[in-house]
Amino acid sequence: MPETHATAYDSKIEGNVIFTRFDAALNWVRKNSLWPMPMGLACCAIELMATAASRFDISRFGAEVMRFSPRQCDVMIVAGTVTYKMALAVKRIYEQMPEPKWVIAMGACASTGGMYRSYAVLQGIDQLLPVDVYISGCPPRPEALLAGLMKLQEKISRQPAFKDQQPQLAEKLEEVLT
Amino acid sequence: MTPAGGAPALQSHNQMTSQEVIESLGKSFEGKLQHKTEFRGEITYAIGESDLRDIAKFCRDKLSFDYLLDITSIDNFGEEPRFEIVYHLYSMPHAAHLRLKLKLSEDVGALDTVSDIWPTANWHEREIYDMMGIKFNGHPDLRRILMWDGYPFFPLRKDFPLAGLPSDMPDVAFTKVTPLEGGPFVTVPSTAGSKDREPRARPREL
Repeated sequence: MPETHATAYDSKIEGNVIFTRFDAALNWVRKNSLWPMPMGLACCAIELMATAASRFDISRFGAEVMRFSPRQCDVMIVAGTVTYKMALAVKRIYEQMPEPKWVIAMGACASTGGMYRSYAVLQGIDQLLPVDVYISGCPPRPEALLAGLMKLQEKISRQPAFKDQQPQLAEKLEEVLT
Repeated sequence: MTPAGGAPALQSHNQMTSQEVIESLGKSFEGKLQHKTEFRGEITYAIGESDLRDIAKFCRDKLSFDYLLDITSIDNFGEEPRFEIVYHLYSMPHAAHLRLKLKLSEDVGALDTVSDIWPTANWHEREIYDMMGIKFNGHPDLRRILMWDGYPFFPLRKDFPLAGLPSDMPDVAFTKVTPLEGGPFVTVPSTAGSKDREPRARPREL
């Protein structure tokens, strides 16, 4: 049996090692596998479906896993008119999503209430949820949703993920290292 | 067997013109039909609220108005009686329309249901209850249909503001007053172009 020399082992993995910040690695993993919670409430949901289908193919961005289960989701895409009757249900579904989580307000209605200046319609989902990306349009084209998703990916890649997730551990590490 | 048996009955319906059919309603309920308007061959009768069920049953069984297209309610705010309900009937065999109109004062505020005569009236009556606050006696399931149970207002009444009113039911729903700066966002009837007619923000300065 040939003996494994330390030098030989090192040469094998040489070139396969990358040095990076832990945040960058974590964010890279997160942003390329955003599982959406499809909150389809009106016509925007049709464009959301088109975005997921073959022509526009949201899976190119790792966001094709649309299941109606909030507990496995990372990003809620609020696609459509949020009525007051639905508003608290949307919030409840958002609360069931595990951290970290993001929200895309897709289209004019989800962003501002849109053309529905009405007693029945919530004037923007940002009154209930922290929205990360707003997409204009009525409804937005699939390209616009993809652009919004890429904007969200950019935003995620800038986040201090480790510090957000484990503030105490990050503090302790800083103490040790300084 | 069924087509052969069914065909003569259908023909006997067709022998009566829709005009004759509706006139037979006039004969049977003389004195109860308050007045008749005719517009483009479609006839509207004004009736009293107490006669609604008798007339509705007669229209369905004897005149074969088998299809209730719609029930609409009108709020003539400031007039007495305040509300007006319109039943839009259609007869499949005669291909004829008939409308029944009745007026209802706010103090009465309730009307007999026709949901056992035309089952489709069930949801129409629920919507009228939800939006106008008119109750229907004998309705099997008179709950709100669009807004939630416990919502305190009737939004299609004329005294309900366009921007809505605030309400709050913890864990169920809430409403806020809608900002209407630059509004109201309603169509402006005129012969001008669509840019001037359509509902859009019109700031005062312009």
